[in-house]
Amino acid sequence: MKVSMKVNGIERGGDVEPRVLLVDFLRTNLRQTGTHIGCDTTSCGACTVLLDGQPVKSCTLLAVQVQGRSITTVEGLAQGATLSPMQAGFHEEHGLQCGFCTPGMMLVGTALLERIPNPTEDEIRWAISGNICRCTGYMNIVKAIQHAAKAKAAAPAVVGAAAGGE
Amino acid sequence: MYPAAFDYRSIASLDEALALLAEHGDAAKVMAGGQSLIPLLKLRFAQPSLVVDIGRMKGMTGVGPHDGWLTIGALTRHVDLERARDLPRQLSLLSEAAHWIADPLVRNQGTIGGSVCHADPSGDWGSVVLALDADLVARSSKGERIIHAADFFQGPFTTALRPDEILTEIRVAASSKPAAGAYNKLERKVGDFATVAVAVQIELEGGKVSKAGIGLTAVGPTNVKATAAEKALVGHEPTDAVIAEAARLAAAAAEPKDDIRGSAEFKKDVVRVYVQRGLKTALARAKEARA
Repeated sequence: MKVSMKVNGIERGGDVEPRVLLVDFLRTNLRQTGTHIGCDTTSCGACTVLLDGQPVKSCTLLAVQVQGRSITTVEGLAQGATLSPMQAGFHEEHGLQCGFCTPGMMLVGTALLERIPNPTEDEIRWAISGNICRCTGYMNIVKAIQHAAKAKAAAPAVVGAAAGGE
Repeated sequence: MYPAAFDYRSIASLDEALALLAEHGDAAKVMAGGQSLIPLLKLRFAQPSLVVDIGRMKGMTGVGPHDGWLTIGALTRHVDLERARDLPRQLSLLSEAAHWIADPLVRNQGTIGGSVCHADPSGDWGSVVLALDADLVARSSKGERIIHAADFFQGPFTTALRPDEILTEIRVAASSKPAAGAYNKLERKVGDFATVAVAVQIELEGGKVSKAGIGLTAVGPTNVKATAAEKALVGHEPTDAVIAEAARLAAAAAEPKDDIRGSAEFKKDVVRVYVQRGLKTALARAKEARA
């Protein structure tokens, strides 16, 4: 079955069986391996992508289900060599240890700041409640998202202005 | 984990979907958001030859008044109910329950209709539609019929819906009296299925309870309607003693099992406490609605 979608702003397509999961389409067909497979049971959030800007679990979506829609993966966050404010926040605040959950955490954080530019700690913790960090590094993940919120507030018009830190 | 092979159709109109179901019967499976069906396909608990994707169909979303009813489109996503700021107060139970469903990512994709039709006895919406005494509107190529929530859940993952029918709408009789609900859920960790959850809804008239609904989650082969407890409330002033008796009857109606989430005895007692707690919250909210 033919399928096409925008992935990180670029029109991509393929010919897949209807049963192919979105995460496998991204990783295997498109060779975009930043989207991880963790639990494969809708529990961990390692496979998080943004579907038309909303975080969803790509292990629980069929590739054909997102025909014609827009997907953002972690590969779409940086602008060239410049980290996005969320990526810079994770860098600055040591928001990752093993890094396996990080793509999902950064995408959820990015979508959160689009909806709530200045979230409370409680709002951040609820937003990441579908994403599991098995290093249990949640303290620094929360700080990283707060860092990104501050950076975006300071330079809202310039994408990636916080890259490289203070 | 990979689903067995199936054919897939993404459908733009209800009539087209109903025609496919009429043709394929129970070899076809309807998918809305896919947040229950895709896990079942991956585990191969379900192996339909055709998946009919209605998730992108227009016109079956949102909450609104219609001819004396408050209607909820079957394709309304959990997140839209969770964040709805303009819900009629009578339906505030919807946003409270939505907040406790799975996790934010699942809520972005899953729908109320899909979840109700999935009929997991640990699902949250089943108890909500039981507490609201909702009517479920089912359409097939032959026409439309109404299934009362109390008749809908027939067993684990089994409903009164026929294979050629699609749930299009959930509706609740609009009330001009003070009415409110509450949802209380115990989970081991955020995002887990309920250890126990309780939905309650009450309506007041002249200081007495004129309607009461109580739905129990994860304590039986289906979501459980605590009918005896509801009857113990209606026509009475909701005193502490009346509430305590209703809570006792609701706990007696629960049939939980011992499992990793807790013992049956513990779960029954959580039902009792949550019915009591939910009724007190709902009462306060209903009185606020009157003010």
